[in-house]
Amino acid sequence: MIASKAKLNKKAFADAPDMKATRDGYGEGLVRAGEENKNVVALCADLTESTRTEGFAKKFPERFFECGVAEQGMATIAAGLGISGKIPFIASYATFSPGRNWEQIRTTIAYNDSNVKIAGHHAGISVGPDGATHQAIEDIATMRVMANMRVIVPCDAIEARKATMQAAKIWGPCYLRFSREKTAVMTSEESPFTIGKAEIFFQAPGSRALIIGCGPLLHNALLAALELKKEGVPVSVLNCHTVKPLDEKTILTLAKKCGAVVTVEEHQVMGGLGGAIAELLATHLPIPMEFIGMQDTFGESGPPAELWKKYGMDVPDIVKAVKKVLRRR
Amino acid sequence: MSLHEGKLKHLEEQAMKIRELVIEELVEAGSGHSAGPLGTAEIFTAFYFHILHHDPKRPDWAERDRLVLSNGHICPVQYVALACAGYFPVDELKTLRKLGSRLQGHPHRGSLPGVETTSGPLGSGLAQACGMALAARLDGKKSRVFCITSDGEHEEGNHWEAVMFAKRHRLNNCTVVVDRNNIQIDGNTEEVMPLEPFAEKYRAFGWNVLEIDGHNIRELVDACHEAEATYEAPSVIIAHTIPGKGVSFMEGNYLWHGKPPTKEEAKRALADLRTLKGKIRSEHE
Repeated sequence: MIASKAKLNKKAFADAPDMKATRDGYGEGLVRAGEENKNVVALCADLTESTRTEGFAKKFPERFFECGVAEQGMATIAAGLGISGKIPFIASYATFSPGRNWEQIRTTIAYNDSNVKIAGHHAGISVGPDGATHQAIEDIATMRVMANMRVIVPCDAIEARKATMQAAKIWGPCYLRFSREKTAVMTSEESPFTIGKAEIFFQAPGSRALIIGCGPLLHNALLAALELKKEGVPVSVLNCHTVKPLDEKTILTLAKKCGAVVTVEEHQVMGGLGGAIAELLATHLPIPMEFIGMQDTFGESGPPAELWKKYGMDVPDIVKAVKKVLRRR
Repeated sequence: MSLHEGKLKHLEEQAMKIRELVIEELVEAGSGHSAGPLGTAEIFTAFYFHILHHDPKRPDWAERDRLVLSNGHICPVQYVALACAGYFPVDELKTLRKLGSRLQGHPHRGSLPGVETTSGPLGSGLAQACGMALAARLDGKKSRVFCITSDGEHEEGNHWEAVMFAKRHRLNNCTVVVDRNNIQIDGNTEEVMPLEPFAEKYRAFGWNVLEIDGHNIRELVDACHEAEATYEAPSVIIAHTIPGKGVSFMEGNYLWHGKPPTKEEAKRALADLRTLKGKIRSEHE
């Protein structure tokens, strides 16, 4: 059932769970990181309010640098700061950073081993009305393929705050992915969170499938697990917030027990979390797998919940995927 | 630091020595860029042997001035200057571009002492220099940051984003030196993508603009002093140079931008350098 070690929010499965955007967790975490270490600096490319960099900019004006609408400039300026002993956090929408400035991140941050933290906001199709130009659905893949880069996708606002603060403490380039919409707060202050360590959120006895998810969509995975339990299909749900480096041991142990895997992410099914898990399983434990995510298409304008439905990332879609993978078990 | 005649002469000789080593290094490597490294020998000599506050025995000294090479493809001359200044053995220059070498085809931070950042992809050096200048200011350090760029890389948007940023944040501890040699891989800059009026562009962005003969070490040293004394804006030193300088058959020819001399060409190049293009007799003849 609900894994007691995860210490989830008691209202996680309620009809009206607590709602908060992961970008708010970033804003809070950034201020806390700034309080803890004077070398933390923040940069933004004309999106200070919506990336929630504002709180830091107000509290530490001397450590905040406005770059204007210039994501390539922002990444490379941060690279210089990161080489010089600072811990820069750069924020924009993920389609622009790490979208537009991919090569700058590759050369001057990743290959350079500069201690820069890249915050990609408004990720996924749940950005909604802004439409496909602003819906990053490729960023996990494009960041994951870079040597030296960590990739972290927090599932809710609390985890987002913890991830931001931890990213400031570990050495090296990190990509952190955040969403615009208010989404269910699944975890609590007491929930364990360590970069690189996947957490079991739900474990039905005799689980026949393992759902591995990251980001706010994990809430749909939890609801699907409950639904499946009602239907007599026991499954487990793993919060794989760190897509790179993968917690291989936890994933392989659970996958072996369950015998089949479904991945859930608000991202293209190619190259993201699903791709990473497929690489791992193909190498060590080839078992049937299904992928929930964008199926090689762009998004469009619309209300977030409707978009999740239309593009096959809703609770019934996950239930269906589990049943499908079980037939191949 | 004042530059008396004796030292100036010494630096000029050092620049010629650096050119010879660049030719030897390139012919050994079998690939790499010739024109830019030869054209900037005086600039690198002036920085590593006179202008920079640095210590080759302590490349990580926190108070050092930084030299950021933005156009990483001219690294053969930076490598020679670093070796001659004592960062690593001159013998190691022979390993340029070879498997396992610290002298990567384009500079990589962490591989070689003295290399402040990774470069090669163009237009990203000034922004990194801005980041370093900001960090120095935050830490209350007096270090200065110099960024050497090519003229061709001014076609990159990333560079101009940093030009705006440096002015907006008044990074007067950051100075750009442009190797204005008028060539790039595909031809002459004014044919490939015109950059003129070049100085006016920087002035329009609010920068302090200085123009010098890039082969005149005294002019460069003076310009760096003037840049340091300018508080209200960052400075750019446009250094007019001759690509391939010192080797008659390379000078001014864009075809030498991206290739090394063959063994035969290297012999002629070295003879040119040692005889000042035949003006003096060489003991090597």
